[in-house]
Amino acid sequence: MDLKPGSRWKSAVCDAQLVVVRPPKTPGELQCGGAAVVPIDDPVAPSGSIDAAFADSVAIGKRYVDEESGLEVLGAKPGKGSLAFNGAAMTIKGAKPLPASD
Amino acid sequence: MRTSLLLDIAADACPDRAALGCGDDAFDFNSYRARARCVAAWLAGQGKANTAFLGMNGTALPVLFFACGMAGTPFVPLNYRLSDGELNKLVARSAPSILIVDDDMLPRIAAAAGVELIARSDFEAEFMAGPTPDTHEPPEAENDIAVLLFTSGTTGDPKAAVLRHANLTSYVMASVEFLGADEDEATLVSVPAYHIAGISAILTAAYGGRRIVYLPAFTAEDWVATAAAEGITHAMVVPTMLDRILDVMAATGETLPALRALSYGGGKMPETVIVRALAMLPHVAFVNAYGLTETSSTISLLGADDHRAAFASDDPIIRRRIASVGQPLPSIELEIRRDDGTPCGTGEHGEIHVRGEQVSGEYLHKKAIAEDGWFATNDAGWIDEGGYLFVEGRLDDVIVRGGENISPGEIEDLLRSFDDIADCAVLGIPCERWGEKVVAVIVSRSGAPDTAAMATAIRERLRSTKTPEAWFVRDELPYNETGKLLRRILKAELAEAVCAD
Repeated sequence: MDLKPGSRWKSAVCDAQLVVVRPPKTPGELQCGGAAVVPIDDPVAPSGSIDAAFADSVAIGKRYVDEESGLEVLGAKPGKGSLAFNGAAMTIKGAKPLPASD
Repeated sequence: MRTSLLLDIAADACPDRAALGCGDDAFDFNSYRARARCVAAWLAGQGKANTAFLGMNGTALPVLFFACGMAGTPFVPLNYRLSDGELNKLVARSAPSILIVDDDMLPRIAAAAGVELIARSDFEAEFMAGPTPDTHEPPEAENDIAVLLFTSGTTGDPKAAVLRHANLTSYVMASVEFLGADEDEATLVSVPAYHIAGISAILTAAYGGRRIVYLPAFTAEDWVATAAAEGITHAMVVPTMLDRILDVMAATGETLPALRALSYGGGKMPETVIVRALAMLPHVAFVNAYGLTETSSTISLLGADDHRAAFASDDPIIRRRIASVGQPLPSIELEIRRDDGTPCGTGEHGEIHVRGEQVSGEYLHKKAIAEDGWFATNDAGWIDEGGYLFVEGRLDDVIVRGGENISPGEIEDLLRSFDDIADCAVLGIPCERWGEKVVAVIVSRSGAPDTAAMATAIRERLRSTKTPEAWFVRDELPYNETGKLLRRILKAELAEAVCAD
């Protein structure tokens, strides 16, 4: 899984879509709802069940980080599953939005 | 990461949201992207390295901008206010290129090798008219340069600042919330495409999900009428524009109730103007943004709460912050440094240095950024005890008049061509209306210089905005021991004499 900046992914088990903002320093697996995400252009529709331990949802516009690896991901479409990197739950980056300046 | 990704994810998440233009003619995000993809496919087929644009604002502009990112041809906006001679030099430097030109500007363009001209009307008939085309995703382009933006060089020829896709997307993603705008928000863009704020406006509006309404070119009357008619919620203006907007509002009684946020930048805002704006627009959040072309737009900003706090305060330290540019963005490192490179203390004046992913600090064929990523802005400034940044203008004496950068050198060169001129200096003196006004200090051989003839020559050979508005005759100009003209001393002496308006 090449999690390069700007790469787009989608959940295998819910409607969430994701964009990698910052890559992880170490290779690993981005997961949503407990399952590995798939490339955005993968033709297979989401199926299967969401792992109850990873069901806190992805929100559109929110940023999710894995502190240890530095991986940062943007929620581009919402979904019921929540994100993890190599099984460790990712957390919402609490950034205060800046006022529009241009 | 490429700029087109920002439009892509917005179009996937909210394809039906209005993105560009007004009323029934507005393009939604799906149409916006589909048209950009069509233009990208056409550009890729032309096989030219660059895509230049010479024209007024309009919805064709952001479509072309994103198409360039998709096709991997740097977008090169040209300044239509330049003289024909200056403009054609830049046209030639854009080669090999496609140049899309407003029809009424076509006669100004001389044939240049490797530059293919496309009339804007033809471009718009092909790509902007008719129903939304069916398209698919173009192949990923290689070129990582998004924009080549000519800055007014201090020593003569403009420099082509390089903005890479990574610089621009870092700036947008660090400073804007994806689809953070409400559906009814609309931003009024009146800064031209050849200004960095005209570029960043396209990107931040797309990523934020905010509709763009363009003014073809700024007039205060149009601005106020359009803002009222379109329920404009956001806008960015340069200081000169704001003063004139307030005049029109005062004359017409328009209060712009829908307006929520007004940002300003691109030159020093006179305190009297912003104080008047705060009083006339009590419902509006004001933002003062400071940035450079080389930093992909904003690096520091003074927000609405700080404006109101300063406006209401009797404490002189807080009150004066209304003239500051606030605090650096969280994603930016900023330092004030002395001439020897060591950091300045609180309140100490020096040169502003910045570092961050959005900082390109690069010109075509020339990096201007240090190995460790720090970029010297060439702007003088200082930081107060609360971390608020005050910008004092260019170290290198470029005059910023009404948002337009004017290099004194070429005016001085022209003046020196008069036999009667023994020595001269052209300076920007602070002025309420334009930020700075152009004044000339001359040493005359005859003692009776014909300044009217000199003014006429400058107006004809350069342009009216470069014509000195005041003339001073001196016996000699001040120089230091190494023969460098002491402009700052001259400026200080003249500032009091000229400040009348």
